[in-house]
Amino acid sequence: MNVSDILFYFLSALAIGSAILVVISRSPIYSVLWLIVTFFAISGHYIMMNAQFLGIVNLIVYAGAIMVLFLFVIMLINLNTDAKPQKGKWLRLAGTVAGGCLLLVLVAALKNTEVKGMGVQVGTGDIGLINQLGKALFTEYVVPFEISSILFLSAMVGAVVIGKK
Amino acid sequence: MPIERYIFLAIALFCIGIAGVLIRRNAIIVFMCIELMLNAVNLLLVAFSKMHHLKATAANATAGIEGQLFVFFIMVVAAAEVSVGLAIIVMMYRNVHSVDINFLNRLKH
Repeated sequence: MNVSDILFYFLSALAIGSAILVVISRSPIYSVLWLIVTFFAISGHYIMMNAQFLGIVNLIVYAGAIMVLFLFVIMLINLNTDAKPQKGKWLRLAGTVAGGCLLLVLVAALKNTEVKGMGVQVGTGDIGLINQLGKALFTEYVVPFEISSILFLSAMVGAVVIGKK
Repeated sequence: MPIERYIFLAIALFCIGIAGVLIRRNAIIVFMCIELMLNAVNLLLVAFSKMHHLKATAANATAGIEGQLFVFFIMVVAAAEVSVGLAIIVMMYRNVHSVDINFLNRLKH
């Protein structure tokens, strides 16, 4: 068991544990904070696979921008009403069983998949660097890139229009 | 690193997200679980991209870069989606004074 194995298991345990804590935390503030921990673990996976650009963008966009937006909305909304117990013990049990069944089915279906045993390049390889990704983004994928700016503009206008009412 | 470890990790994160959507009644937490599912898919896309790069790097030096670009575009779309979705949640709170999705049953009546 070398260093990358240990790092993989540590980051996976961190991601799965904090993802479970996102679901079972009572207060939404704690959920947001645990979700930030999950995003840090996933960014650690990206950096371990030498996808450095995506690791940093994941931290900046998700853990930085989106989670701050969630925190602002939670602070804008009065949270005192959350103290009441959630109704339906059976509903929670049914949700857990449904999620567990999906997990079981997917694991059983993909246990002997075609790509089983193929290696993932860890620590080396330069396709995740900003040099390569930038070249591909601004030559081959320049039209989707410009379309995404229109998407951002429409999302901004939509958020302002919905929020102003 | 074998690919199936990343597959199982992504499946676990995705199923936790689905269970969260089914269990929780708070609209903000449901929304966060959707973000969790998006991130599980992103992780699997990056893992497959690096797997393809390791296999086809002799034929094409930038093999597998499309997977990472797709992850970038998923992040772009997710950021736009979050801004509109949180605006909708704030508007819903103004109308019904709650973010509990059990109160959003007006279409039923």
